[in-house]
Parts: sequence; structure tokens; C-alpha cells
Amino acid sequence: MSSPLLTAQQIVKNFGGLTAVANVSVHFDQNELIGLIGPNGAGKTTLFNLLTGVTPVTSGAISLYTDQGVQSLNGKRPAEIAQAGLSRTFQNIRLFKELSVLDNVRIAMTNHYQEGFLASIFRVPKFYRTEADMTLAAQKLLAIFDLTSVADQPAKNLPYGIQRRLEIVRALATKPKLLFLDEPAAGMNPEETADLTRLIRQVQRDFHITIVLIEHDMSLVMNVVERLYVLEHGALLAEGTPNEIQHNPAVIKAYLGDEA
Amino acid sequence: MKANFKYNISWLAVMVIGFVAIDACEFLGIINTFIENMLVTIGINIILATGLNLIIGFSGQFSLGHAGFMAIGAYATGIMTQTIATPLGFYLSMVIGIVIAMIAALIVGIPTLRLRGDYLAIATMGAAEIIRILINNLKITNGAAGLFNIPPLVTWATVYVLMCLTTIVTVNFIHSRNGRAIMSVREDEIAAEAMGINPTRWKLAAFVFGAATAAIGGSLHAAYIQTIAPGDFNIMASIAILIIVVLGGVGSITGTFVAAIVLGALDTILQNFGTLRMIIYSLALILIMIFKPSGLLGNWELSFKHLGIHQRKEQSIHE
Ligand SMILES: Nc1ncnc2c1ncn2[C@@H]1O[C@H](COP(=O)(O)OP(=O)(O)OP(=O)(O)O)[C@@H](O)[C@H]1O
Ligand SMILES: [Mg+2]
Repeated sequence: MSSPLLTAQQIVKNFGGLTAVANVSVHFDQNELIGLIGPNGAGKTTLFNLLTGVTPVTSGAISLYTDQGVQSLNGKRPAEIAQAGLSRTFQNIRLFKELSVLDNVRIAMTNHYQEGFLASIFRVPKFYRTEADMTLAAQKLLAIFDLTSVADQPAKNLPYGIQRRLEIVRALATKPKLLFLDEPAAGMNPEETADLTRLIRQVQRDFHITIVLIEHDMSLVMNVVERLYVLEHGALLAEGTPNEIQHNPAVIKAYLGDEA
Repeated sequence: MKANFKYNISWLAVMVIGFVAIDACEFLGIINTFIENMLVTIGINIILATGLNLIIGFSGQFSLGHAGFMAIGAYATGIMTQTIATPLGFYLSMVIGIVIAMIAALIVGIPTLRLRGDYLAIATMGAAEIIRILINNLKITNGAAGLFNIPPLVTWATVYVLMCLTTIVTVNFIHSRNGRAIMSVREDEIAAEAMGINPTRWKLAAFVFGAATAAIGGSLHAAYIQTIAPGDFNIMASIAILIIVVLGGVGSITGTFVAAIVLGALDTILQNFGTLRMIIYSLALILIMIFKPSGLLGNWELSFKHLGIHQRKEQSIHE
């Protein structure tokens, strides 16, 4: 088994009387591609929000394993968590709409470049060098996702499917160790979905990162992930390889059963 | 790199031409004291409104207290140049005004920039009022009577050059890694945070930057007009700067220039109308807001890059 990257131990989230995430423990290892499935309202997005600090946990521990040792992510701001190497996309797309595609990606690189305040306001050569480096890095990422031709367009002008792809590029631009994708194929046709799946798999290998994928399309998840978590009513219903999950009686009853 | 050089030279040329044109008119006697006064007021208003546009248009924070930071610059200059009545004294006072304004902006910004929209507007308005009341009650600022006989250490040329400098610096700031981070917070705070951007830090950067340029405007105002009083920096003064930003287009520095010039000229022309002046002025504002709610220029920017490349691209799309 490979070494752990992120673990959540018995995390709970209550929204008033509603328990959206109930005592869930998960672990995501280095270089893994993991699926997170479950019916609507199961708490998948909420789990992402807890792990990325968007909403604080009611209780439980979240730990990140780094070269420097184990780091607790409890109580950290989303920006700190992002800087620690966790990035994500959003189920209801959150791009910087008025800004160009290129700028959307360069913004995600903000913390990786440092030209200095004075250099930027007085435009010394170092400013232009840093900008050129940033732009080149952003263009490389855009090229992988076939977005070069729309680099100068405002993000809001892009079709829905392309916006989802841009969100993945933007998240990758933060140089994450762990990437959370919340229904990246939502609203895409089967062909686009298949393309995207291949791309996600390729990115996970080429960038040597861990990806956690929420997806409703079962065929997509089953084909691509190494391991799956199944959530239902906020609680963990099952964990295992796609094969194990497909033959898990509880899952068949609660989830696959609905579809059949 | 070469393209950047050409681009920068084009802007420099525009600024030099502007300077020479005003200088020539001055020399030919076309510009009398009255018109010079108008030009200087426009220049100072451009400095003030550009900084406020950075805060409102680019960082998306609705500040209603810009005149407070202007007052700090004005009083720093008013007080210091009475003892050191030299150009060096003026610039020294300006730097001190900038530093104090930045510190004040930090103190005001850290608790208030967490607020949103209307709340932030009220909080910044309150902060500016506190600054004004402090000035009103301190001995060193000469209380409600204000300061007069401030040495005239500033000419229209000083204002022109500082207007160009602050605009260059502000526009460079906006078109950099810093500016993009600031705009991302305006666009979507949650997404910006998820990309590792600390929203409070970048909002604060824009707010403090805007306060620093407001202090420059205040210093110039004090040294040119030579008389200042706390009442010059009340809420109406903040609103006057806000009007320039909104009228020109929130998020357009070009619009800020156009609006400052249009309003400056309108104000001068209407001087002859006596009490009718404010009514006509207000009516003009209402009409523009009805027919062009996004301001005169929306968020359009004049750019030499625009004029060249973008138009060509646009054409090829339409073809
Ligand atoms: N901020 C919130 N306040 C109150 N309730 C919330 C909040 N966010 C989520 N919930 C509730 O928590 C439960 C889990 O929601 P969540 O969005 O995590 O589900 P999901 O598994 O992502 O579903 P879907 O597949 O529809 O995206 C739902 O009942 C939802 O209404
Ligand atoms: Mg969801």
C-alpha cells in the first residue's frame, strides 16, 4: 500500500438539526484516483467543503501528511489549506467570470511567483520576466486541456462544458498534491464525458497527484477509479475497489438498486 | 519585450504631449488663473478618483470615506510646510501624509473589510468622520478654523506630473499579479480562497494603496489652494469623488479621467448660474445615470494594445 496523503477521522457536520456528514472516516493515499459516490443529498459536496475548509467541521480530525510530518487542517482557513496543497472545483462552477481564461489560470498561480511590489508598479525587467514565466506556465496547462484558442476570452463567454474544464485547469495551476473534483462531467454528453475521464486519468498520472472524484455517472467512475467511497444519508455505506462495490449487497440495495 | 517598450513609449508620448499642450496654452495666455484652477482641480480629482476606483471597481469594496485619507495628506502638508517652506519640505510632507494615511487605512481596513456592501460603506464613512472630527478638535490642525497661508509650493505642472505618476503606478498595480488577485476576490471570494488567495489581505492591499494616493491628492490640494478646513473633507467630499468613479464607469480608469474632466468643466461653466448650478449639475448626473447606468465608459479602457490587435481579432470573428 502507498503512504497516506490526507485522512479524515470521524468527521461530523451538523447544519442545525440536519447531520449532513455523520462520523465519516476516509483516507486518500499518494497518487490515487478515488471515487466518491452516493445519491443526491448524501453529503458528498459537504465532505469536500469540510476537507477544504470552506465549512468548519462540527467534530473530527483532518490531517495532511507532508514531508515535514503530519499537519492538522482543523480550523485552517481555505486559503491556507489551498497553500498546503489541496485544490478543488465546484459543483456549481465558480470561475472569475469577467476575467479572461488566461487570467483565471494565472490567478491560481498567485502564490508561486514573487516579482516584488516595487518591481510590479515600476515595471522593471524582473516584472516582465515573472509575467512571461507565469503566462507560459498557464498556457502549457491550457494546452493540455485544449483551451488555447479561448485563452483571451472572458470566462463567462465559454460553454458550460468548457467552463468545467477551465475550472480543473485553474485548480491544477495551484500545484496541488490533492485535487477534489465535484461532478466535473455534469451537463456533458457521453462523448465529452469519456474524453474528460481519460484526461483526468492522464492528469493524475502525469502530475503525480491524488484525485478525488464525485460523479453521478456510474460507468465513468467504475472505469477509472482505483477505489471508491459510497456515502448515503451522510454516513459511509461502503468502501472498496469498483469490483467490490459493484458486488456489495448494501450498495446494490441502496444505490445501484435504484438505477436498475 | 520590444512590444512592451513600444507600448510604454506610446503612453509616455501622450503624457508629454498633454504637458506641452497645456504649457503652450499657458504661454499664449489662453489659460487664465480661472482655467488653471479648473485644470488643477481636475488633476487632483483624477488622483483621488483613480485610487477610489481601484478600491470600488477593482477590489469591489464600497468605500465611502475617501476624503478622510485625503484630509490626512492635506493636513500633513499644511502643517509641515509652514515650518519647512521649501519644495523638499512639500515632498517630505507628502511622504509623511502617505505613511500616516496607509497606517490609518490598515487600522480602518482590518476590522471593516470583512463587512460587505452597505455595511462597509457605512463603516468607512464613519472612519472618515472620525478622522475629520479628530482634525476638528486638535490644536496642531488649528481646529475648526483650519489652516491658511499654506506656502504655495505646487504649480499646475507638479499636479500634472504627480497625476501621471499615480495613474501609471495604479494602472501597473492593476495589471499585475497583485491586481489579478484583487480582482479575483471581487469576482468570487470563495473561489479565490480555494485558489490560496487570502481575501482580507488583498482587499486590504487595494484599500491601503487607494488611501496612499488619496493622501497625495490631499497634499497637492493643500499646497495649491493654500487654505484647508475640516469641512473640506466631509462626507460630501467623499461623495463627490464617488460620483466621478460611478459616472466614468466603475472599473474603468479611462472613464475616471473622462468623468473628472467633464464634471470639472461643467462645474466651471455653471459657476455663472448661481444657485441653479447645483440643480443643473445634479440633473446632468441623474440623466447620465438613467441613460448610461454603467457610467460613461462602463469598464472599457483606452489601450494601444486594444486599438491594434483586439480590433483586428474582432473583425475576423465577424467576417
Ligand atoms: N450550508 C448548508 N446549510 C444547511 N444545509 C446544508 C448546507 N449544505 C448542505 N446542506 C444539506 O446537507 C445535505 C448534503 O448536501 P450535499 O450538497 O453535501 O449533498 P451531495 O451529496 O453533494 O448531493 P448532490 O449529489 O445533489 O450534489 C443536504 O440535505 C443539504 O440540503
Ligand atoms: Mg454535491
